[in-house]
Amino acid sequence: MSDDGADAADASSPTDRAYAEWLDALADGDGFAVVCPEGHGSLPPRRVCPECGSPELSREPLDETGTVETYSVVHVPSPRFAADAPYATAVVDFGPTRLTGIVRDGGADDEAPAVEIGDTVAVDVGERATDGERLVVFRPADGEPPTEGE
Amino acid sequence: MTDVRVAGVGLTPFGSHPERSGRDLFGEAALRAFEDAAVDRADVEELNYGNFMGALAEHQGHQAPLMAEAAGVSCPATRYESACASAGVAVREAVRTVAAGDADVVLAGGMERMTNLPTDEVTEGLAIAADDLYEVRAGVTFPGAYALMANAYFDAYGGSREDLAHVASKNHENALPNEYAQYRKEVSVAEAMDAPPVAEPLHLYDACPITDGASALVLVSEEYAAEHDLDASVAVTGTGQGTDRMALGDREHLARTPAADDAADAAYADAGVEAADVDVAEVHDCFTIAEVLALESLGLFEPGEGISAAREGITTADGDLPVNLSGGLKAKGHPVGATGGSQIAELTRLLRGDHPNSEHVPDAEVGVAHNAGGTVASAVVHVLEVAE
Repeated sequence: MSDDGADAADASSPTDRAYAEWLDALADGDGFAVVCPEGHGSLPPRRVCPECGSPELSREPLDETGTVETYSVVHVPSPRFAADAPYATAVVDFGPTRLTGIVRDGGADDEAPAVEIGDTVAVDVGERATDGERLVVFRPADGEPPTEGE
Repeated sequence: MTDVRVAGVGLTPFGSHPERSGRDLFGEAALRAFEDAAVDRADVEELNYGNFMGALAEHQGHQAPLMAEAAGVSCPATRYESACASAGVAVREAVRTVAAGDADVVLAGGMERMTNLPTDEVTEGLAIAADDLYEVRAGVTFPGAYALMANAYFDAYGGSREDLAHVASKNHENALPNEYAQYRKEVSVAEAMDAPPVAEPLHLYDACPITDGASALVLVSEEYAAEHDLDASVAVTGTGQGTDRMALGDREHLARTPAADDAADAAYADAGVEAADVDVAEVHDCFTIAEVLALESLGLFEPGEGISAAREGITTADGDLPVNLSGGLKAKGHPVGATGGSQIAELTRLLRGDHPNSEHVPDAEVGVAHNAGGTVASAVVHVLEVAE
């Protein structure tokens, strides 16, 4: 692993490269899902759509904000998250796909805010407190929820 | 197609055996199964062995030939791995092999060693049953994943931590007379409620323990049982398996387990029974919420109604539909790669009438076993019936 936060070119395997490239895009505000003609969204690396097997996959942008579908405050972490606990993990719907990550408030200590199902959040890339490894982070987002009434 | 009979079952005591090797544990379970079956081990045609994390826990891959040696059998031996459903899939392939007429006698089961590792390494080891890229790297632990499902369930259907505490208390109560159980102590609803949090809303007593142990079953064809005049009154009449997307976030519904729905539908169809015929169940309660989800996937309760089953006394030992009379994974223990075989061993004993909790189900004819891997990306369901 690189020490400056996993540059895509430094990642050690094709899977890691695809993941690192996806995180790079997310960090640049260009988070995407791979979507088939049927509209099934998934995350890379994919050769075919996991739902229908279509090889015709295109990159589609994630919604700018997402809705928390479920969450948990984790008190007993794995060793890789030892210094992060307690932290709030959440599954968030971003349109073409859901993302799983950690909710942080973005303040000085970047603490876990109170989370509720239905909260609106934005997605970013942060670092694990334990070892600096990059990870998906959600931030509370003010303003309008994403497209209503679909 | 032939009927598949359970000729014998063998278990080690479940618990903390950090000083015992995996081969010793599985050897003991197999020895007990052969004693119970009165089957000549020379007649065994295949060994199907389940194990999840032996490469991490014992630095031992390729365990099947080793376990054939430990069991004293000389036959093709294969290790099966589907996380916590490893023994379930091993048993399922044994059932299919015998049912198809490809073998008359198969030894199936599994083994897991866990307590020789520090708790944080077990947590890490179990986490590898989740999607590494999009779950584990995002901080999802095994309890954390079930906690996500629990909160999604509460949001969709209602229910509370106290409902889950009733599941824990029930299963601890059931484990009291079970000589194989890891925790033979009562846990009150209040104690469960007051325990420290692991991943909210799940607290310590919502989680199964870390366990060492092994299970073994001798499965035979109906013809073999008749020829050898075996006492094999319980048959495996149905088997089914389902698979779902690996990551919880990719599932259609965060508070249901469709892989288990599929496994149950297939197993019931295979056996020619319906959910309403089930008299007793052993389900995969690695966490209390998992028992709730299992009951709903098995069709024993409608979605949203399983949560109150323990609190209302329906699934307690004296209820209409006793669930996890063994104590379940929750109190009996969960040696991951052995659990699917252990559930069928316990159900067999319950249906034969020689389980310490058989008195609660004296007229039971149909039992169902539900074994799950990961956050139910894998599920195996078996139907057992009293055949004679």
